[in-house]
Amino acid sequence: MSKQGFDQGRRRFLTTAATIVGGAGAVATAVPFVSTLTPSARARAIGAPVEIDIGAIQPGELQRFKWQGKPVWILRRNEEQLGTLPELDAEVRDPGSNEAQQPEYARNEHRSIRPEYLILVGLCTHLGCSPTYVPRDEAGPYGLTEWKGGFFCPCHGSRFDLAGRVYKDVPAPRNLLVPPHQYLSEDRVLVGIDDTGATS
Amino acid sequence: MNTVARAVTGFRDWVDARFPLTQLWNDHLARYYAPKNFNFWYFFGSLALFVLVIQIVTGIWLTMNYKPAADSAFASVEYIMRDVEWGWWFRYMHSTGASAFFIVVYLHMYRALLYGSYKEPRELLWIIGMFIYLTLMGEAFFGYLLPWGQMSYWGAQVIISLFGALPWIGDDLALLIRGDFVVSDVTLNRFFSFHVIALPLLLCGLVWAHLLALHEVGSNNPDGVEIKERKGADGVPLDGIPFHPYYTVKDIVGVVVFLIIFCAVVFFAPEMGGYFLEHANFVPADPLKTPEHIAPVWYFTPFYAILRAVPNQLGGVIAMGAATLMFFLLPWLDRSAVKSIRYRGWKFKLALALFTVAFLTLGWLGMQPPTPLYTVIARVGSVVYFLFFLAMPYYTANDSDRPVPDRVRWP
Repeated sequence: MSKQGFDQGRRRFLTTAATIVGGAGAVATAVPFVSTLTPSARARAIGAPVEIDIGAIQPGELQRFKWQGKPVWILRRNEEQLGTLPELDAEVRDPGSNEAQQPEYARNEHRSIRPEYLILVGLCTHLGCSPTYVPRDEAGPYGLTEWKGGFFCPCHGSRFDLAGRVYKDVPAPRNLLVPPHQYLSEDRVLVGIDDTGATS
Repeated sequence: MNTVARAVTGFRDWVDARFPLTQLWNDHLARYYAPKNFNFWYFFGSLALFVLVIQIVTGIWLTMNYKPAADSAFASVEYIMRDVEWGWWFRYMHSTGASAFFIVVYLHMYRALLYGSYKEPRELLWIIGMFIYLTLMGEAFFGYLLPWGQMSYWGAQVIISLFGALPWIGDDLALLIRGDFVVSDVTLNRFFSFHVIALPLLLCGLVWAHLLALHEVGSNNPDGVEIKERKGADGVPLDGIPFHPYYTVKDIVGVVVFLIIFCAVVFFAPEMGGYFLEHANFVPADPLKTPEHIAPVWYFTPFYAILRAVPNQLGGVIAMGAATLMFFLLPWLDRSAVKSIRYRGWKFKLALALFTVAFLTLGWLGMQPPTPLYTVIARVGSVVYFLFFLAMPYYTANDSDRPVPDRVRWP
């Protein structure tokens, strides 16, 4: 090979071009590696809306269901429980539900379509533990004083009232989430999609 | 010279002509000169390497019977415990090894604080070590989900939610980590992949880099004197002794004592009263119900206490992250000319003592339920924790340090 007469500019061009093309290829390869980490088609399908029969829930009773693998609570509140909500407006962070933690049709005093039925995603807005339903008379073991009933998170002590509204002095920043839902009949509710077609 | 010896020498020469075997042996053991005044605190580097080997070997054997699927993981762990010959031994070795790893690594890091081993010229050595520590935390976290007990499940849920609390990207990032809308079979499967291959590979690479960096700059010592600055006519540091046989033998003694304690735990107290294996983890994961009291395993609790001490969600996550990242800055926060605590002034000694108390207190608080009193204590502890780092440039700059001798003190 001749040692003389090599073209420095040509060498630099080839090196730069090869680096750019190769680099672009390497970056493009990141697409499948990252995409494959997102939920698969099956995981998304499992996240489809669920139809729930609420006919058997007694007043004051909470039942747990599963939607997208998450706990969904349906609490049938009695008159007395609904009566506690206005009294707590001063003690909760977002009494008017101004933050988008519920669909528009649940942005009211009782945070639900039908006042009686509270439908919530049962995960604490702090770090995702599932709070415990603590009716007014069962507050003893949790050390809650002047308790009007609600939800207590065992992980970091966050408290919520009977509409899932978060108290002021706790780590959770937001009210519990109301999922999109619609009533199909008197006793059947579809959780995961509402009559506007919204799924989240 | 007899025939056998000649054959061995001949074979060695044959290899050396093709692979730097003797050179590697000399560079890293027989002619790696370490300070002659190593003390108790210098056991923990080699012990960490030893525990890494235990974890890798027992991990390989556990993988032979473990099933990374939500519907069979818990049962497969019970199968290992009850039906597989010696399965319980492999599992207890591995679970005890996880805690032992952190004990050894914390002591190893504390040694660096005592003797200023993070200071120039060992900044990179320290930073590589910090990456090992972070990788180890990841490895422990991913591994903790695998038994698929209640604590596995909700612990993972909480830690992933920490990332979910970040502004803008949080929700998508949490989704990307879980691969599902909640911690599920998908999450378990990928955590298994991270735990058995991705992070162990990374860990081994980092350990290799850590050793390379160490052998490039040379070991620090309890006096914080650079032995390379005083060499004999033969080019060997006057205060240096060959790592092999002096410290290989010393470290073997360390391994023997370690194994006595380690085996006592493995055979007689593998759950360590709920500290090494938490009681709630003997109940299969239930995505609808959080256990009454959840706490991370002991080695994460100081940071967990800091997280809970901050009343704001995002603030707590940031404080927790900052608490681990602070260590990276140590080489530049410390303005003292003196490395070892033996010649440091009272200010650094007091600061380190307070930091030690704060770290241990936070560790204990992280295991307790968050009562109002404990929250106040955790807040005080967190402030002390951060002040140790943030005030360091001030209290080390004008400390009443004593003069450092030219040579190491021995004995």
